[in-house]
Amino acid sequence: MSDPGKLNTSSSELDLDRPNIEDYLPSGTSIHEPHGQLRLRDLLDISPTLTEAAGAIIDDSFTRCFKSNPPEPWNWNVYLFPLWCCGVVVRYGILFPVRVIVLAIGWIIFLSAYIPVHVLLKGHDKLRKKIERYLVELICSFFVASWTGVVKYHGPRPSMRPKQVFVSNHTSMIDFIVLEQMTPFAVIMQKHPGWVGLLQSTILDSLGCIWFNRSEAKDRETVAKKLRDHVQGSDNNPLLIFPEGTCVNNHYTVMFKKGAFELGCTVCPIAVKYNKIFVDAFWNSRKQSFTMHLLQLMTSWAVVCDVWYLEPQTLKPGETAIEFAERVRDIISVRAGLKMVPWDGYLKYSRPSPKHREQKQQSFAETILRRLEEQ
Amino acid sequence: MGNSSSMLTQYDIEEVQGHCNHAFSQQEIVSLYQRFCQLDRSSGGFISADEFLSVPEFAVNPLAQRLLRTVDGLNFKEFVAFLSAFSPRATLQQKIEFIFKLYDSGGKGSVSYKDILDVLRDLTGHFISEEQREQVLKQVLEEAGYRKDSSLVFADFVKILGNPGLKMEVEVPVD
Repeated sequence: MSDPGKLNTSSSELDLDRPNIEDYLPSGTSIHEPHGQLRLRDLLDISPTLTEAAGAIIDDSFTRCFKSNPPEPWNWNVYLFPLWCCGVVVRYGILFPVRVIVLAIGWIIFLSAYIPVHVLLKGHDKLRKKIERYLVELICSFFVASWTGVVKYHGPRPSMRPKQVFVSNHTSMIDFIVLEQMTPFAVIMQKHPGWVGLLQSTILDSLGCIWFNRSEAKDRETVAKKLRDHVQGSDNNPLLIFPEGTCVNNHYTVMFKKGAFELGCTVCPIAVKYNKIFVDAFWNSRKQSFTMHLLQLMTSWAVVCDVWYLEPQTLKPGETAIEFAERVRDIISVRAGLKMVPWDGYLKYSRPSPKHREQKQQSFAETILRRLEEQ
Repeated sequence: MGNSSSMLTQYDIEEVQGHCNHAFSQQEIVSLYQRFCQLDRSSGGFISADEFLSVPEFAVNPLAQRLLRTVDGLNFKEFVAFLSAFSPRATLQQKIEFIFKLYDSGGKGSVSYKDILDVLRDLTGHFISEEQREQVLKQVLEEAGYRKDSSLVFADFVKILGNPGLKMEVEVPVD
């Protein structure tokens, strides 16, 4: 989807979203503090900085977040291989066609009910919205059925109250479908091309969903305003936000953007964890289109996941939006067994700002300046 | 070793091992290969500068640009050789050589006052003025017995950095 060859330096706007990255990076001063007076050796010894660079080349916590982890192949044995072949035949030959039919039926029912309702009940907005919400829940259930989705919901079902938003970790666009099955959320999503985009502009629009475009610079302010307006409206569907801003592989969480946490509302965290034994639900948008991803799900045995609706949180006195976001991220990560990393998900699309490099430069510069003063 | 194949044969591994002077074990070379393929997203057989810079932890390093001059466009064998200075099995000599080559930007075999100043600039950015940098460098050089216009050769680096040695190691994660 995105072009891996072209990265632009991020604008300084992204800086405001981040808590102090130095707290998370491997400890130990990056540039070495000399004991006693600065000498030639201290200036020439760049080994700590080089070690960090080499360490990053060999393994880094950011790339790990987006690594697909397909289930281990187990078909390597004489008697396991024919079993696996049978499995393939069943999955592609029996399950897949049945699922396609189920999905097709679902769409027929949905469209034959949705289109008349949308057109005929134009005047009766309240009733129309109610029926549309129910229909969207229905088609999501059909989708989930088409992957033989086994979703276990824990915790109290979200209620439709004003001044509350829902946040969740993000693994794939199917997160939205899995959650939408239970509650008619309005979601904020990246505008996609193709048939997904078509669905976005028609059906999802009627739910009150909000679209943004990552590549547009001015977009953030417009979207922030739309978010605020939506939350104020009492009749709007509850808003679901994925603060990571990108799909992560369900083993880690990247930093939450603070936008969802400065709306002055209660934040209800939702944690979603997929069971990888059945299928790796991570949508690696660089490797697969969404259609291929759906097909992959439809030819697997099942999609098994747990959804936890966690206790609503509010901004504590004296807490900044970023601290609030990190606190909620911690709650979700602990519940779903995910590791937290200090990176902004948008680093997939742009380079880190110079601020972090500058922090290192500044500390070393101070060591040198001290040498000058000790004259 | 094919550019686009993701399988290393035993022969390939031994060839790479020989090229890096056995700095890495065979398991480590396999892990490094997986990492190489992960970074080489365009499957060109080498990692481009852009692909290196897409690793945020690398991009924020003050010496990233300087390292890129050496590491950009290396194939896998050369990539492992490049990293061999960071292996625990590498000798102190190899580590000092790595640092020396990084300073010696012209490849002339000696490091001038200007070369050291360039690296210092990378490490300190705009938080210290050029005059102050020069002043400190002159002072420490004189203290160590060198004049401003003398160039340092490899033997000098060994003398300066050799005692009490360098700590410059990374661990290659092995499954």
